[in-house]
Amino acid sequence: MGWNFNDNTPIYLQIMNGLQREIASGAYPPGSRLASVRELALEAGVNPNTMQRALAELERQGLVNSQRTAGRFVTEDTAALSALRRSMSDSIISDFFRSMQSLGLNQEEILSLVQDWVREHSKEEH
Amino acid sequence: MSMLECTALSKNYGSVEALRSIDLTLESGRIVGLVGPNGSGKTTLIKLAQHLLTPTSGVITIDGMIPGPQTKAIVSYLPDRDFLPQWMNLDELMTFYHDFFPDFNPAKAADMLDALGVSGRQPLGKMSKGTREKVQLIFTMSREAKVYLLDEPIAGVDPATRDYILRTILSNYSENALVLISTHLITDVEPILDEVVFLQKGTIELHENADALRERTGKSIDGYFREVYRCWGN
Repeated sequence: MGWNFNDNTPIYLQIMNGLQREIASGAYPPGSRLASVRELALEAGVNPNTMQRALAELERQGLVNSQRTAGRFVTEDTAALSALRRSMSDSIISDFFRSMQSLGLNQEEILSLVQDWVREHSKEEH
Repeated sequence: MSMLECTALSKNYGSVEALRSIDLTLESGRIVGLVGPNGSGKTTLIKLAQHLLTPTSGVITIDGMIPGPQTKAIVSYLPDRDFLPQWMNLDELMTFYHDFFPDFNPAKAADMLDALGVSGRQPLGKMSKGTREKVQLIFTMSREAKVYLLDEPIAGVDPATRDYILRTILSNYSENALVLISTHLITDVEPILDEVVFLQKGTIELHENADALRERTGKSIDGYFREVYRCWGN
């Protein structure tokens, strides 16, 4: 049912990450209205209080704002959205570097491998 | 607001102590998992709350009242076995619930029965076990109750049915109600819980917020209990 959760992190944090990804990717476009807490909870297969907590955290981060009766909306603050995208890609890149370094590669080797990879794959696409 | 309260609650069956002086306060608006191995006292606690048993000593109250007819009016109870008259068909069950429970919402029940694709003429006893369990859950969740007591609602069902059951609980419980779900299958219910109460040999080993427990231990609730109580497993 719903999303898959891993074992060792609080569920509300996993939900927050999931929603941040949807916001960063534009699956929830800027200014769009989010479904109600209950609908979102049902979709994820979690307790509404857990969903509420995740949304409250996103509100605190300024990524969504609630308008008393109308519901919750994704922020239209482009600075906040690009900061979100930036911090999410930073964490993906640092994960990537960590696992490449665990193979015994240094930074230069990793960068040149990345350039090779991009070159090969851009050929494939054309 | 506290909805279910136990104070020094004990229940003995002859010389067997099923519950040993437990103190427990559960608030409204929460989904609480009552977990523990077989024989730990889960069903005894639920039956005391539903006045199917009386305490040996101590007190249990629902919404401030000693269990009895007044509490049954606000508690929707799903036992761990078939509990509805098996000869009744769905139309008769609708009338039956409507007569018994002022908080029964027939439109809600009809919608869910429609979605399940069962017909009004079919007696409960002629349905498959899985369908019968779903029908019983539908009637239980179609009451706009203050407390839902669900005794092992997902024991022995396939994964699709489990999802159906959890979804039905999540989408139908009245906000501000207390939902108490007993189970020995923690993994399956973990994402929908606010709090978890762990019973072991008739005492409460732990009562904690579900996410706080995961944060504190860095493990799933199931993983934590498997580690702490090696006898766990099912």
